[in-house]
Amino acid sequence: MTSEWPLWEVFIRSQHGLAHKHAGSLHAPDAAMAVKNARDVYTRRNEGVSIWVVRSSDVVASSPGDREALFDPAQSKVYRHPTFFPMPDEVKHI
Amino acid sequence: MADTQRFEFLLRLGDSDLVLAQRLGEWVGKGPILEEDIALANVGLDLLGQARMWLTYAGEVEGAGRDEDALAYRRDVHQFRNALLCEQPNGNYADTTARQFLYDHWHVLMLRALGRSSDERIAAIAAKAAKEVDYHVERSTDWVIRLGDGTDISHERMQAAIDASWPYAGELFVADAVDEAMARDGVAPDLAALAAPWRAAVTAALADATLVVPTDDWAQRGGRQGKHTEHLGHLLTEMQFLQRAYPDARW
Repeated sequence: MTSEWPLWEVFIRSQHGLAHKHAGSLHAPDAAMAVKNARDVYTRRNEGVSIWVVRSSDVVASSPGDREALFDPAQSKVYRHPTFFPMPDEVKHI
Repeated sequence: MADTQRFEFLLRLGDSDLVLAQRLGEWVGKGPILEEDIALANVGLDLLGQARMWLTYAGEVEGAGRDEDALAYRRDVHQFRNALLCEQPNGNYADTTARQFLYDHWHVLMLRALGRSSDERIAAIAAKAAKEVDYHVERSTDWVIRLGDGTDISHERMQAAIDASWPYAGELFVADAVDEAMARDGVAPDLAALAAPWRAAVTAALADATLVVPTDDWAQRGGRQGKHTEHLGHLLTEMQFLQRAYPDARW
């Protein structure tokens, strides 16, 4: 067993109605301590209303080698992007 | 002389926060891990902010033209009114945790009671500070339980730290003429009345931590009257160096 504490990814929701955003990572022995540490490391300046922490080892990532197969086909298909709708100025966070 | 007593009382609150903040500041860059280093600094900065509010008000009550800086940097050891617990050295992480744990549990009870003070300024400062100290209590209690109920070594060190800090906590509940006058005027609570809820909270946490509550309640006293252990002078030497060497320095 390693004596290093496991790594956690921290997600902060800055306002009600917004999604949690990745803020960074930190070390902690368990989930409860990870939330406390996240509060101390990432939300001291009134940044958040909610914190999520996830074990970094539980994050499944796409492989850089698959980049072309996963993302390139979307480039030439402008009709997939919702750019043809006029958006009212009052609608925020889009 | 109600104002002289109120000044004394405010110094006790402000100096305890200030001295403990300085102690926590000593950990910066030396914490066991980055996250704890930051957390200790945060608690220290909370306490420093509270000390500034208490000392600013103390200066106004005194009416001799001293501001927070004059009170923090231009007084010598015997003029400080902090509790002895706050000036005790950092020791190992269990020592720092025990000191914080015993102080936090007293601090939160004191601030909640001061929130009902007949002095509106004191009530307002206490209400603001109590929110920060709620978190301090949660953090230090969590660490006492983790270290106490951890490995054999962490258990042994946490118990030793509680035993060593215990004699310095009793002073927080012993009222003198100043405290009695404050209680009579409804400015502050009866200190002795805080002892039972403090003991209940501390005992419950120590039980969760599989630690033994010390049985000897003999209390080391004097800090709040200006009689300090040998540690405070060394702390002030460092804290006050700049203002002593370069009075009124600005940058």
